[in-house]
Amino acid sequence: MSGRHDDRFEQLKAEQAAAHGEVDLTEAPAPGTRAAIPRDVHSADPMRLRYVLRLADTSLVLAQRLGEWVGHSPALEEDLGLANIALDLIGQARYLLTYAAELEGRGRSEDDLAYLRDQSEFLNLALVEQPNGDFGQTVVRQLLLDAWQLELYEALQRSSDPRLAEIAAKALKETRYHFRFSASWLVRLGDGTRESHDRAQVALDQLWRFTRELLSADDTDDAMARAQVAPSLAELAPRWNVRIDEVLKEATLQRPVDTPFPWHGKRGQHTEHLGYLLAEMQSLHRAHPGAVW
Amino acid sequence: MIQVTKQDQTSGSARFDHTAGVWRVLGTVHDPEIPILGIVDLGIVRYVRWRDDGHPHIGLTPTYSGCPATEAIKGLVRRALDRAGYANAVLDEVLSPPWTSDWLSEEGRRKLTAFGIAPPAEAVGSPKRLFGSHPIACPRCASEETELLSEFGSTPCKAHYRCTACLEPFDYFKCI
Repeated sequence: MSGRHDDRFEQLKAEQAAAHGEVDLTEAPAPGTRAAIPRDVHSADPMRLRYVLRLADTSLVLAQRLGEWVGHSPALEEDLGLANIALDLIGQARYLLTYAAELEGRGRSEDDLAYLRDQSEFLNLALVEQPNGDFGQTVVRQLLLDAWQLELYEALQRSSDPRLAEIAAKALKETRYHFRFSASWLVRLGDGTRESHDRAQVALDQLWRFTRELLSADDTDDAMARAQVAPSLAELAPRWNVRIDEVLKEATLQRPVDTPFPWHGKRGQHTEHLGYLLAEMQSLHRAHPGAVW
Repeated sequence: MIQVTKQDQTSGSARFDHTAGVWRVLGTVHDPEIPILGIVDLGIVRYVRWRDDGHPHIGLTPTYSGCPATEAIKGLVRRALDRAGYANAVLDEVLSPPWTSDWLSEEGRRKLTAFGIAPPAEAVGSPKRLFGSHPIACPRCASEETELLSEFGSTPCKAHYRCTACLEPFDYFKCI
């Protein structure tokens, strides 16, 4: 670490921290704060509904983030690449939200779920709501999630839930391309110039604290694993680690130390960034309900 | 106008005629983003079936989950069927098995090349996939001296390549 703590590295770190809003890492995200308690889901099968919403919201929120790059990427090819990945993720989110709406059985549509739920009802992983930052930060966030979705969809193809199995089989083909994109970019950045290396490392250090949530099971994950709806996260974790370590090694980046606690985006406890994202995503639909092109 | 429902209930051969008729109509519908390619060539029409409700059901599968053409194609199919008198047709969205570029017809591959888009170079199920990537030939000069510019091109189903022999950039229809 010593050689890396030069002025430029510290400067990048400070810029990133300022962009993120400094978070006190010595304390766990306050469980039980009033605003953080999600309104519970209503369904004949609430565990399954919650699980499907987690997958759907993770894809939807990341797609919205990637959409912010359109017209702003470093090169036309990357603009197209990020937009295409966003499109795939929106498509996956639509299948999942449609299924969630059916599980809920209250006559709501995929659009109602996307546009009319509030922040604490969104069950996405906190990782995907993090700001785009520079291109390196977007690539790091993408890689961490792509590797996870890759392993998850691979296993979900064999889900006891046929609906999830068919969505996973479709999504897996697309996710392989996403992973190739993010992994090859992280290698180019990490093993590139001093500047690109340092930016990638800072992004990795900044985002690593959100990875614990990807691999930490709670009661919903456990119930779904027991019902063979979903793979157990304990089985998924080593495969995710291998994938990430391979890419980090080739990218000459250092794997950060794990934080002692997971974030709880999938329980509706989010960082401050999600609210702004939803405000932008939902404002048109809320101002003009039912508006279409 | 053909009264599909009535004839369908009366005779098996009428049902066969109408199945062929629906396929003919579908054969006239083209992909809005790759207009030389029919949706049948593209392999996204999975079936035409008469179900017990007496309606012809047409199974359509998306190429990519988020492909914006999927909605447009549904609209085009609907309009073509309405015009041909199959207003009672039902469009089913089929996800499983997921679409693969292997379902592109020979005719479709030929049309793609003629249009300047390199067709998928190998079968997804092919064992050759295990041993490195298959060379992608330039659709203009047929040279295999080509390089990848981006995994993502102008639509979700295409990647962007450049030919280092004739120097032209071109789209490549991805293997998926």
